[in-house]
Amino acid sequence: MTGLRVQDLSFAYGPKQALDAVSLSVGTGVFCALLGPNGAGKSTLFSLLTRLFTTSDGKIDIAGHDLAKAPNKALARIGVVFQQQTLDLDLTVYRNLKYFAALHGISGQDAKARIMASLDRLDMAERAHEKVRALNGGHRRRTEIARALIHAPSVLLLDEPTVGLDAASRAAIVDHVHGLAADGLTVLWATHLTDEVWPPDQLVVLHQGRVLADGTAADITGRDPLRDVFLRLTGAAA
Amino acid sequence: MSPYLTALIAIVEREALRFVQQRGRFIAALVRPLVWLLVFAAGFRAALGLSITPPYQTYIQYETYIVPGLCGMIMLFNGMQSSLGLVYDREVGSMRLLLTSPLPRWWLLTCKLLGSTAISICQVYAFLIIADLYGIRWPAPGYLTVLPALILTGLMLGALGLALSSFIKQLENFAGVMNFVIFPMFFLSSALYPLWKMAESSELLHDICAANPFTHAVELIRFALHAAPNPTATAATLLAAILFLGLAIWGYDPARGMVRRKG
Repeated sequence: MTGLRVQDLSFAYGPKQALDAVSLSVGTGVFCALLGPNGAGKSTLFSLLTRLFTTSDGKIDIAGHDLAKAPNKALARIGVVFQQQTLDLDLTVYRNLKYFAALHGISGQDAKARIMASLDRLDMAERAHEKVRALNGGHRRRTEIARALIHAPSVLLLDEPTVGLDAASRAAIVDHVHGLAADGLTVLWATHLTDEVWPPDQLVVLHQGRVLADGTAADITGRDPLRDVFLRLTGAAA
Repeated sequence: MSPYLTALIAIVEREALRFVQQRGRFIAALVRPLVWLLVFAAGFRAALGLSITPPYQTYIQYETYIVPGLCGMIMLFNGMQSSLGLVYDREVGSMRLLLTSPLPRWWLLTCKLLGSTAISICQVYAFLIIADLYGIRWPAPGYLTVLPALILTGLMLGALGLALSSFIKQLENFAGVMNFVIFPMFFLSSALYPLWKMAESSELLHDICAANPFTHAVELIRFALHAAPNPTATAATLLAAILFLGLAIWGYDPARGMVRRKG
């Protein structure tokens, strides 16, 4: 198991329990959709997975590294796309990626080669020298995904990456990231939009800090539309 | 190249680039002390008598007296500006990028600190050049010996800004920093008046000024500009820098500090 494993993870903001004994495992090359309504605890889980928060309740393994015991090794194996945009608008796409590469200790020709390869993978190579401010929302998101791949992570975390995008950009990004999983990357994709989940995907339904369902989307939904199953699950749990 | 060095160069370069892009910030950083030097000092020259105290060996004009304090003022404002930048970074999310790097957090924060210090030093030298053109000059070696003093001061004030940024939740709260940190630190120091003057009006205020780390930073710069050592000021500034940096690292620790709070 070299992907992502979360065991009995709990976290509270003071008296408010945000995550309650959450467990999930995502294998290599699997696209896992973390589906939950707003306030389900998805962003809190992402903050714990990226070590912006820490907790002593539970365990996180990333590509075989315990995040609590070997944070630097674990963080080196993840790529992250946050819900909130984290690009410097006044820098070019290339410079944004170069800065990120440096934060991972990658420099010089190695950085250049990785940046161009990563941009190429997301069909963004021709925009490398454009300022981020000039890009549309979809291209900015692609830039962030390309950036998250520079250091060849084993696990890619995306926290509602299609928020605010038009339908075409959203579909293109969903396709791209499914393609990355097919190439062997472990993907955890947080969303509240059921149309972003494909039947063969692993689906984890999170609601009020608890995992309500975990399996392939096809198995969980049966013959019913995912939207109906999701509303039924989260409605029943509310 | 070592990953540590790679990250250092990138973070310093980014701070510098951001500074260059914000021309208004550079101009404001110079205009502020120049107004004090050209207007305030001219008015106060007659009102404030200065006795000969070290490192001065003769009577000096008030303009000469306040230049080290104004150098400190540039660094104080820059440190707080960097702090403001960090709070903004956190609000817009780009701070997350830095904090999720696999390099140790203490190193990343130190890189930020070194970046803001480098910018402060450039501003101070620009100010010293203008002061020189205005006729306020220092012994030639002073321009070189002031550099380590500026580095230490910049680190100390930058670390203070860093520590504050870890405890300020929102950008809107930053106005409080102006009122409760910058102004008291500046006015309760030897930047504008020697401490013996303060003692004449209030012993208590004098003691507060003497305990203020910014006073020691200003005195360190003052002595360094005259190529004279000041071990007490050096030790006090160094100690304050270590304390503030420790506080900042604690504040940014995901298990304890600000990042535990949502946002």
